[in-house]
Amino acid sequence: MNANGQTADVPVEAVLRTPPKRSVWVDAWKRLKRQRAAMVGGSLVALFIVIGLLAPVLAPYDPTAQDLSHHLQPASAQHWLGTDEAGRDELSRLLYGARISLTIGFFSVVSSLIVGALLGLVAGFFGGWADVLISRVFDVMLAFPSILLAIAIVAILGPGLFNALLAVAIINVPTYGRLIRSRVLSVKQEEYVLACRALGMSNARLLFRHVLPNSWAPLIVQATLGIGTAILDAAALGFLGLGAQPPSPEWGKMLSDAKDYISNAPWIVAAPGIAIALSVLGFNLFGDGLRDALDPKMK
Amino acid sequence: MLQYAIRRILQLIPVLFGVSIVVFAIIHLIPGDPAQVILGQQADPQTVADLRHNLGLDKPLYQQYLMFLAQLLHGDLGKSLVTQQPIASEMFPHLAATAELTLFSMVFAIVVGVNAGILSAWKRNTWFDYVAMVIALVGVSVPIFWLGLMEQWLFGLKLHWLPVIGRADPRDPVTEVTHFYLIDTLLAGNAHQFWTVVQHLILPGIALGTIPMAVIARMTRSSMLEVLKHDYVRTARAKGLADFWVIYKHALKNSFAPVLTVIGIQLGSLLGGAVLTETIFGWPGVGLYLYNGIGARDYPVIQSGILVLSVIFIVVNLIVDLLYAYFDPRIQYK
Repeated sequence: MNANGQTADVPVEAVLRTPPKRSVWVDAWKRLKRQRAAMVGGSLVALFIVIGLLAPVLAPYDPTAQDLSHHLQPASAQHWLGTDEAGRDELSRLLYGARISLTIGFFSVVSSLIVGALLGLVAGFFGGWADVLISRVFDVMLAFPSILLAIAIVAILGPGLFNALLAVAIINVPTYGRLIRSRVLSVKQEEYVLACRALGMSNARLLFRHVLPNSWAPLIVQATLGIGTAILDAAALGFLGLGAQPPSPEWGKMLSDAKDYISNAPWIVAAPGIAIALSVLGFNLFGDGLRDALDPKMK
Repeated sequence: MLQYAIRRILQLIPVLFGVSIVVFAIIHLIPGDPAQVILGQQADPQTVADLRHNLGLDKPLYQQYLMFLAQLLHGDLGKSLVTQQPIASEMFPHLAATAELTLFSMVFAIVVGVNAGILSAWKRNTWFDYVAMVIALVGVSVPIFWLGLMEQWLFGLKLHWLPVIGRADPRDPVTEVTHFYLIDTLLAGNAHQFWTVVQHLILPGIALGTIPMAVIARMTRSSMLEVLKHDYVRTARAKGLADFWVIYKHALKNSFAPVLTVIGIQLGSLLGGAVLTETIFGWPGVGLYLYNGIGARDYPVIQSGILVLSVIFIVVNLIVDLLYAYFDPRIQYK
């Protein structure tokens, strides 16, 4: 209060601001760089991102162009990974497949992260009936084995790439929601949150300026690991014929189409599976490393 | 313990209720007229109207749900649109097939995963530890449907070591009593047939059990490393107890609670993974039944398949939670 008994118009942030210390993220990056496995994972992820982005430049052929006179050919100078049952170049399809799988992985995780984080924030911060309702919905969703829930969602919406993405996003919402809820429950007891409240900060501002930024770390770790799982789930839906539809070069769908030719052309089964495994491995290694880097106590 | 068990069972009621609503909603959330979608756009309007009536879709929603719930409570899962047979009786042999496969996979995952995790922790930072953990890391990243296909190619088509399709030799059919072929062949006293059934289980069992095995190995290793630091382990070794007894009698029991939780969670992935594995290996379980239902747009079958697998998952998790409380009594007081 000033001399006239009025509250000084000082921004709450200015009161709370402390001298800038070295960022948590800079420290985390330093720790991350020291982990060889995480760096291998990060490199794999980066490699697949580059492949996905540059697929039109890198792919020697159109991934959907059929040439039935050259079907099921083994690796050769013309077709480095051979051709599939419709004579399409396997390498070109794999390269374009990276684009599809990473897109599904990334967008499904971002969508579930946003929805899960919002629901988790509301449940954890406000408590009461909102918490009970949201938590019970999460409980029910987690009561289904995740791929079964995805199958149920696609059975409702119909098969297709977008619906598979949506299904993978929906099944992961409770994972992020629960995570952020538990973080918020502990963060909201912190003194700086109580101080913000005492200074009259609005709930929305408190949530998005203070509570959420302080709950990011575990979410980012989970999201990184979640991209790998999402790629696997989307590939499983594609394999069951519920995801991408022909002639899409989605890796799961490629495997499903190739399985009938396994005895005379095993390479068209091997290649998409190796691509899925390597990309998922990359995200798993990088996510594990990120967890250790962001929470040194975990080591 | 009893109080905890009762509380835990009561907590299941709203979850089961929610699951029933989700499963009920599957058919009602189909965009457009579900009967028309099931029969296709070219279907005769009278046939569509008949199906709508047969499925009860012409009644108010609350009435449909109450009927659905009442049927479920009587163990009635409705009729298949394709075969017109009661789903409950049609599904039972499939359920036994899935149970046999998932139990076999889980035993494989626990035996291999727990022992690999223990040895990795015991031989920390040796080549065994590195190799086991690399395999575990790759194991959680590999799609099971791809692993299954590669197994079929290598062990079935190339090496001719193991059968790649079905539950038993079709030329020597098993006389079904319990629908669990391992038990049925033992009851028949047919050792050759028993061995054939085991051979049929190996490839799908390993494909399905690889991810849980990898996760269990990693969890056992980290949990074991934690326990091996404790004084009582050092004391047991100091008094001259053999390593084997130190690990399996003292350390394992105390490191088993988190491993048990992981086992419970992994059973969910097994039940989900069963859909993929059974499709590849032509294993006549609930997963394949569900997959065929999806292909035929047989929604009552889809609903029942998802419901049954989810309820099994819920019950298994309940059992795991109760076992967890048994292994770590502190959990009951939280």
